[in-house]
Amino acid sequence: MTTHSHTHDDHHGHSHDHHGHGGHEAAHGSFKSYMIGFVLSVILTAIPFWLVMADVFDSKSATVAAVMILGAVQIVVHMIYFLHMNTKSEGGWIMMAAIFTIVLVVICLTGSLWVMHHLNANMMTMSPEMMKNMP
Amino acid sequence: MFSDPDIQKMIFGRLTLDAIPYHEPILVATFAAVAVGGLAVVALITYLKFWGPLWHNWVTSIDHKKIGIMYIILAIVMLLRGFADAIMMRLQQAIAFNGNEGYLPPFHYDQVFTAHGVIMIFFVAMPFVTGFMNFVVPLQIGARDVSFPFLNNFSFWMTTAGAIIVMLSLFVGEFARTGWLAYPPLSGAAYSPGVGVDYYIWGLQIAGVGTTLSGINLIATIVKMRAPGMTFMKMPIFTWTALCTNILIVASFPILTATLVLMTLDRYIGTNFFTNDLGGNPMMYVNLIWIWGHPEVYILILPAFGIFSEIVATFSSKRLFGYASMVYATCVIMVLSYVVWLHHFFTMGSGASVNAFFGITTMIISIPTGAKLFNWLFTIYRGRVRYDVPMLWTIGFMVTFTIGGMTGVMLAVPPADFVLHNSLFLIAHFHNVIIGGVLFGMLAGVNYWFPKAFGFKLDEFWGKMSFWFWLIGFYFAFMPLYVLGLMGVTRRVSQFEDPSLQIWFVIAAFGAVLIAIGIACFLIQLVVSFRRREELKDETGDPWNGRTLEWSTSSPPPQYNFAFTPIVYDHDGWYDMKERGYVRPLEGYIPIHMPKNTGMGAILAFFALICGFALIWYIWWLAAVTFVIMIGLGIWHTFNYDRDFHIPAEEVTAVENERTELLAKQV
Amino acid sequence: MSVTKIDTAEKPQFYLTEEHHPEGSTNLGFWLYIMSDCLIFAILFATYAVVGRNYAAGPSPADLFELPLVAVNTAMLLFSSITYGFAMLQMERGGKAETLFWLAVTAVFGAIFIGLELYEFVNLIHEGAGPQRSAFLSAFFTLVGTHGLHVTFGIVWLLTLMTQVAKHGLVPANKRRLMCLSMFWHFLDVVWIGVFSFVYLMGVVG
Repeated sequence: MTTHSHTHDDHHGHSHDHHGHGGHEAAHGSFKSYMIGFVLSVILTAIPFWLVMADVFDSKSATVAAVMILGAVQIVVHMIYFLHMNTKSEGGWIMMAAIFTIVLVVICLTGSLWVMHHLNANMMTMSPEMMKNMP
Repeated sequence: MFSDPDIQKMIFGRLTLDAIPYHEPILVATFAAVAVGGLAVVALITYLKFWGPLWHNWVTSIDHKKIGIMYIILAIVMLLRGFADAIMMRLQQAIAFNGNEGYLPPFHYDQVFTAHGVIMIFFVAMPFVTGFMNFVVPLQIGARDVSFPFLNNFSFWMTTAGAIIVMLSLFVGEFARTGWLAYPPLSGAAYSPGVGVDYYIWGLQIAGVGTTLSGINLIATIVKMRAPGMTFMKMPIFTWTALCTNILIVASFPILTATLVLMTLDRYIGTNFFTNDLGGNPMMYVNLIWIWGHPEVYILILPAFGIFSEIVATFSSKRLFGYASMVYATCVIMVLSYVVWLHHFFTMGSGASVNAFFGITTMIISIPTGAKLFNWLFTIYRGRVRYDVPMLWTIGFMVTFTIGGMTGVMLAVPPADFVLHNSLFLIAHFHNVIIGGVLFGMLAGVNYWFPKAFGFKLDEFWGKMSFWFWLIGFYFAFMPLYVLGLMGVTRRVSQFEDPSLQIWFVIAAFGAVLIAIGIACFLIQLVVSFRRREELKDETGDPWNGRTLEWSTSSPPPQYNFAFTPIVYDHDGWYDMKERGYVRPLEGYIPIHMPKNTGMGAILAFFALICGFALIWYIWWLAAVTFVIMIGLGIWHTFNYDRDFHIPAEEVTAVENERTELLAKQV
Repeated sequence: MSVTKIDTAEKPQFYLTEEHHPEGSTNLGFWLYIMSDCLIFAILFATYAVVGRNYAAGPSPADLFELPLVAVNTAMLLFSSITYGFAMLQMERGGKAETLFWLAVTAVFGAIFIGLELYEFVNLIHEGAGPQRSAFLSAFFTLVGTHGLHVTFGIVWLLTLMTQVAKHGLVPANKRRLMCLSMFWHFLDVVWIGVFSFVYLMGVVG
């Protein structure tokens, strides 16, 4: 194919380019992996919508837990099949950065909730119902 | 100007002639001084016919060394502004007793302390740190430039644009009167309706873009561009601290950006994140801003630790003691800095359980920091110590920083913090670590790497004068604040009732004057060294008998840094090469592949500056136009595929032969 | 310590005589940018988590959210993800026209997503549930709006890249750029999973 030979000619002109190219070659998916990811994510999207829209469970917390878990699983599916994450790409730095970021996201979320919950409990004693309706 | 106020509002937003403070004598005098100084600089540049070189060799340069130098120049210029604020406050507090209101009314005083904090952290300490990392890291890892040279130039100009926005507030409108973190609800639209907080927001947001991008750039550089053989445990210690610092930058500045965006929305479109009514929660802002704020503290201090580590090893003529423990300590500090943020607001009321957790994590941080101090001490122990200026700063740092660290541990105890919070004790503590740690580190770094950057050493005498005035001035200026803080004096107060406190403030003001002399000595040192540059010339490229790769190049290094990429066997790479009889190659030069200069970074930052100014003054059409131009130019820039070139082998040969002759003269 | 002191008499090679080719940094650098963006979203999520139930006696998620619309929206984004995947596969094969086709399809799905989101926003504001109404709505509009802005930016970028591919073909520089946009696009997908689970579904559950 003409574009292909063109690619090779260009290597010398833009020598920054072809190094990066070689590095991420392995990280691309195949048609099959994209389809697996797509089907899985359709299923994992449909279930929580169904759970909520059809009011399947009696208990709210069961629904919430199910939505959370399915969401987390779907995020992992996307990371593997669409973002092609693995432990080897870029010498493991992609994975390391992702893990570090996830740790920080967890710290920010749980930390803020924890800190603010205690603050509200100590400084503003009221029920969640009152909070919702407080002007 | 226009008969119809609506039209005027449409064109100029809320910018009117009243925004120019021509009725304030202090500001008019300042403006006159700045204008005269600026004109003098313009005239000088024109006289020296320097406009062309300035544009081609500096503004558009994507050379990491020049960008690093420009960052440090920015830091020094802003240091003068920030220090002017400081000495104004010290003077005001020293005289405002017994009904004397001093010379700064609260309206100005509040702007001055806010500007002082913002400028010192964001536009002095940050550019200093980023500048050193930019200049030193590629040289230390044997690279020709950073990973994304254009981005580097763009980052620098965005930081500068942010600094210019903050400086503009001096002459057009006002600055925030909220303290350096602009807590709501005080900084909300209800209590700060003017442009001050908007200057704050857009100055920080624009500079923040630059900081985040330069963080990404330097991580990629350190991970990807190291010389062959340089495994992670063979990286120079400054590069290690730079890596951890940049990870902190990339992982914390987005938090600042997001938090400021929420506040911006509160102010501009009336959302209710941090308001008092409709469900908003001002404490959430405090919580979020300190999730960024604490890592920021380590962003500043870690590179300083790195600089001291390099200096201690070099000037003790010894290997750094405990290299591995130094690396681990840096990494531990990096991670721990994310789980201590609440110690900045123990008194907010989260209760005993939360406070206990954050108090303990804070105290744990002092362990790796202590380990570092012992490592430095053991490096000095039985070394052949040379007391050159960088080493003096280092020793001054070790003493001063330890005191600051100890008061920090005191503040980490929640019950003690309930007594000391918001007092001058706190002010004394953080100046003790930021001046005694960061600033001493930066000045040590200037003295240490100056010969590498410019090819001549800094004058020894004025360097020592500067050091001693700074050190003694520091103790005079801040020890009284510890005393005052223990007596319960709160921060950010412009007038006092109790005359018995005055003596302490007078002592502190005296200390500030000594520091002013220290800064003057530093500037004199630069001028004197420039005039004596022939005597002080460094022809070897290795004036201190250095240990890391940057000292293997000429001073200043050629544009391409290394004619041949070095191969590294030890974390003291250059020392190892000298020990084992490295012979500099004299032939076989090859063409070197380098990125091209581009003016796009400066142009984009210029439009960002205009856009920020327009947003501050509600000049919506101008904001929209400049924003579209920025996006358009950014896209246009991506259509340029021709971004690099080769330095021909003959040119490399010529440069290297020149150095060969210089080195031959040495023997 | 790993540092071994080699005999000083031994003189190893201290420099490369050929040009040094460090690995390309673009992938890693762009990934780091995405991670920093991820933290921006983390803060917006955290804010939503903390103030998202402060309705200020106003409407709650159960009153406002229309899950069928959200489901359609989610489907659009999922489709755009797989079509971008197809574009990448075509790029690997070197098919310029096919790549451009799938990129165009992706852009259309992205545009429909944005259109639906704007429709939802306009409706909410019409009902008096604008971002100023309560902290909950402020956090909702900011979180979802920031995601929407990212998608909009992604579409602009996509169109730029389509022009560049059309003009210069699938040269390495363009492939690298398509790869970056791919990461960006799929990352927005991941954020959207968080949005529909945490904001819409859990909001309706209450």
